[in-house]
Amino acid sequence: MITGFLRKNGKIGIRNHVVVLSSVVCSNRVVEMISEQVPGVIPLVHQHGCSQIGRDKEQTARTLAGIGKNPNVAAVLIVGLGCETVQPEDLAKEIATTGKPVEYLVIQESGGTLNTVARGAELVRQMVAEASKIQRTEIQLRDIILGTECGGSDTTSGMAANPATGYASDMLVDSGATVILSETTELMGTEHVLAKRAVTQEVADGIFSIVARVEQESNRMGVDIRGGNPTPGNIEGGLSTIEEKSLGCIYKAGTKPIQEVMEYAETPHQKGLVVMDTPGHDIESISGMIAGGAQLIVFTTGRGTPTGSPIAPVVKICANPSTVTTMSDNIDVDVSMMIEGSKSLEEAGREIYQEYLQVINGKLTRAEIFGHREFAIARIAITM
Amino acid sequence: MQQLVVINLKDNVATATRELKKDQELRVEIGGEQVVLTMKEDIRFGHKVAIMDLVKGQDIIKYGEVMGTATADVFKGEHIHVHNVVSQRGRGDLAT
Repeated sequence: MITGFLRKNGKIGIRNHVVVLSSVVCSNRVVEMISEQVPGVIPLVHQHGCSQIGRDKEQTARTLAGIGKNPNVAAVLIVGLGCETVQPEDLAKEIATTGKPVEYLVIQESGGTLNTVARGAELVRQMVAEASKIQRTEIQLRDIILGTECGGSDTTSGMAANPATGYASDMLVDSGATVILSETTELMGTEHVLAKRAVTQEVADGIFSIVARVEQESNRMGVDIRGGNPTPGNIEGGLSTIEEKSLGCIYKAGTKPIQEVMEYAETPHQKGLVVMDTPGHDIESISGMIAGGAQLIVFTTGRGTPTGSPIAPVVKICANPSTVTTMSDNIDVDVSMMIEGSKSLEEAGREIYQEYLQVINGKLTRAEIFGHREFAIARIAITM
Repeated sequence: MQQLVVINLKDNVATATRELKKDQELRVEIGGEQVVLTMKEDIRFGHKVAIMDLVKGQDIIKYGEVMGTATADVFKGEHIHVHNVVSQRGRGDLAT
């Protein structure tokens, strides 16, 4: 049996966080100070929210609202400055459509840092008390959205960790869940492979179109993408080109038909395998999928990475026999025996699937234990 | 345990799953057939080696798909990496 937290809008959380969210960089310290008063709440700070226009502003606002709406979040306090582009009141209204408790404070109206901290601490104290009363109930796998990510990749990612994760992705999709394939840069060179699995021509066109957008950006900059992606570490690990990295990358999403191509931080409209247009930057990509409603993240790595998320458990899978030893405290599922030939794809895939079930039920991931709460929003325009 | 893995029948490279030494002779399984390959240089764990002679400009195939282009002639048993393969994609440096 798997369990989760049923929210008022029918969505299911697998964690029960109370979040204090900055609507703008200027509020970050106040958010931290409020969170220091009430242990257990999660401060969520970032560098954006002002001097942004058009689609870029919309994307930042959609991401912040999406984070608040994520079903792993029980209640939200938004802290704004007052004069910023992304207004806290708008965020609060959007998050409140889920039916969860949302409050907002404006530093310029609350009388500065100390007064805002005092009012904020009182609000989150009540939120924590209320959230703690919510009990876990039985849920179904169709309620789960898994975001897939790979980072610090090396050759073992494409040879073992990603195919094994893909096996588990197929198992989830067969159970009615949603799986997100992300990192558009790392689809470059695989569009023709993925497009064959698109359920409609529109979805196939969408895959080509999002990759072309990234490639045009590299053309605009007038540089070879190599060095930025694959990164120096990827290259050290044996990956020679973006195509090679991408071809290994896409295995982690499994083999099912692709139902939809979504914008960054957009909520999936379909069950099954979907694609989200996110950058190759791990933290920005994960944050986008969580803003789209992913409650669980799987993160395959070859060279190792400690990163997590403030909102969703991040399950690390590694097949590099050296990394699973040198960074053992950061790896949740060691599938390096695949490289040594003593574990089959199916065995490793089933192990990853079992780990998901346990993590859904509350088992802490390594990143959660260490309090890794990396968060970043993908930008698509310069700051004005 | 296999020390060199060919992922797809169409591939012209294999991947080292051990640290390999120059002059080391290895059997590689390609579609059920055993081929003997002699390392022309040390090959690090996770790095690639040519399993056939390749000419400059030829596609490098891994996972059964094109992963780049050879920038020099490469002989069977030689290391394939950023020194002799370039990407065909994301080449803003070549954009007009």
